[in-house]
Amino acid sequence: MSTAAPTLPPKRVITTKPRFSDKVFRAVVTTGGFSSLVILGLISIFLLTNSLGVFKNEGFKFITGFDWIGPQPEAGLPSQYGIGAMLWGTVVIGLIALFFGFPISVGAALFLSYYAPEWLKKPMVLVIDVMAAIPSIVFGLWGFFVLMPHAEYWAKLIHKYLGFIPIFDVPAPAFTRSPFIAGLVLAIMIIPIITSISREIFAQTPLDRIQAAYALGATKWSMIRSVVFPYGRGGVIGGAMLGLGRAIGETVAVYTVLNIVYDIRIEVLLSAGGSVASMIVNKFGEANPEEVKALMAAGFVLFLVTLAINFLANIIISRTARKG
Amino acid sequence: MSTTLTQPVKPWRINFKQAWPEIVGAIAALILTYAIVNVSPLKGKLGFVVTLVFVATFVAAAVSWVRRDRKAAFNSISTVMVYIAGLFVIFPLGSILYEIIHRGIAGLSWGMFTRDMAVTASDAPLSEGGILHAVIGSLYIVALATVFSVPIGLLTSLYLTEIKGKAAGTIRFFVQAMSGIPSIVAGLFIYAIWMIALGNQYSAFAGAMALAILMIPTVARTSEEVLKLIPGDLREAGLALGGTQWRTVAMIILPAAQSGLITSVILGIARVAGETAPLLLTMGGADAVNLNPFNGNSSAIPFYVWKNFSMGTEVSIQRAWSGVLVLMIIVLIFFSLTRFLSNRKGRF
Repeated sequence: MSTAAPTLPPKRVITTKPRFSDKVFRAVVTTGGFSSLVILGLISIFLLTNSLGVFKNEGFKFITGFDWIGPQPEAGLPSQYGIGAMLWGTVVIGLIALFFGFPISVGAALFLSYYAPEWLKKPMVLVIDVMAAIPSIVFGLWGFFVLMPHAEYWAKLIHKYLGFIPIFDVPAPAFTRSPFIAGLVLAIMIIPIITSISREIFAQTPLDRIQAAYALGATKWSMIRSVVFPYGRGGVIGGAMLGLGRAIGETVAVYTVLNIVYDIRIEVLLSAGGSVASMIVNKFGEANPEEVKALMAAGFVLFLVTLAINFLANIIISRTARKG
Repeated sequence: MSTTLTQPVKPWRINFKQAWPEIVGAIAALILTYAIVNVSPLKGKLGFVVTLVFVATFVAAAVSWVRRDRKAAFNSISTVMVYIAGLFVIFPLGSILYEIIHRGIAGLSWGMFTRDMAVTASDAPLSEGGILHAVIGSLYIVALATVFSVPIGLLTSLYLTEIKGKAAGTIRFFVQAMSGIPSIVAGLFIYAIWMIALGNQYSAFAGAMALAILMIPTVARTSEEVLKLIPGDLREAGLALGGTQWRTVAMIILPAAQSGLITSVILGIARVAGETAPLLLTMGGADAVNLNPFNGNSSAIPFYVWKNFSMGTEVSIQRAWSGVLVLMIIVLIFFSLTRFLSNRKGRF
């Protein structure tokens, strides 16, 4: 034991200046954080530069026209690119998907939130999560080989009894690979999205209002109509829009179950429809460089539309979630 | 000494006296449906189910209306509808899983994992050829996509939770929108930048980049959710011990969030493992094993399924179903892994 006076360590300099390691850390993380913005920017720039020529040549007719004729040097005809029919087809199958998928999803979300017995909730959430994880090619094969024969039969029934309504009319007896069937497959694919978002929103309904409704003697349905729906309306609509975005961008599943025809038709049961995303895959195989650029233009339009839908949906959902 | 145990009373439990009208109603609905199906042109199981839905709804509404009032009738209708919606969610998954196993099992054998399709036509007997090339291709693209996307996804989530810079709101918003990008657009983008602008050929590398674009938002969003759950106390404790922010994040936050972050990566893998559309534009599709991921056409399991489905012969479709079965098994393994990891207790 030495008795020498203890030497105090030098005073630590306390500073708010970030260390060098922190500067590097923050710089790296910030760069990484911005890289998704950069990627989105790159996607827009590269798709746009590749499609500028087509946009210039076709003008507004690229959106409204519905002819897609590749270059025919031997015939001396100019090429013509228009995605009007495909856009129309996309809207049609998207709406059919929502028509079937939306009520089922909202019903299932209600079931999970307010009706299902406790033991059933966990397995059912699992089922929905698994469905969200199934690859689209699986839906495509299942839709083609399993659902199509049934759906064809349903389509014939609808045509037989409701054929006088123009949209259910079928000029030629071809019921397979119709927008109706593509819409059904898409409906099953978007159910997990809409259900899980609706369920999250329903779960945020203030409990005191629910109990107030019950205390006033409301039945379960009156409670849902007067408390849950008004509260969660925005979120459910946002979820439906996210589902629509997925339906619009779906490629492989639609391609396997839809017969792509360049024509604007309102007969949803007929074996002729369109979808921008599937058309890109359809044409890409035999496309020459010029046609590839036109496909890039179609992809750019698809990119903008889905981005806009997603933006809007996310705004609506976050507003609803914050309201409570 | 004896204690008398009183049986708990459950006055809310429905007894027979209250339930009999419903039971009678259910039986009546079944009989009525059977009668209608036999008389009308509706046929088969589907006709029965559809009729049953309508009849059951109608009978339930009628019973409640008679016993109580109009509101109760509406309540019954909505209850039946909501239960049916719940069934409709379960039914497709059941059908999909059943059909995949039922149709895929016939073509499944250990031999198929040891052979490729280099010298085999798609409609050659199933004892020839296999999916070795597709499995190797899938391994390459998933591994490479993970390597590309995990750093970016993780850094994005760290930026959102640890740095919370001015642009955090904007970036969160764009990442969310990015997760809605159609997969075909990712494929087109890689084609534009990697093939057209840089003049490269089809390769597994290009496919992996397309998948990485789809994987980044999944990894970033789920990691952000995980990092948000780390209590702020831990961050403050790290800083109070004199650690720099870098040390706090690297030594405290990331280890604490470890299993959640692994879950987010696996979730991202499950998201992209089955993607088909971007691969169609970037990988070229090969029938032989290609061990070089940076050059030359290669295949992947979804691509293999797609190719054999497009051939359309009986055997090739059998091959496609077996491929789907393998793909589903892989996806479900990854999915169960995420469940297992996120259900472990004591971690964030």
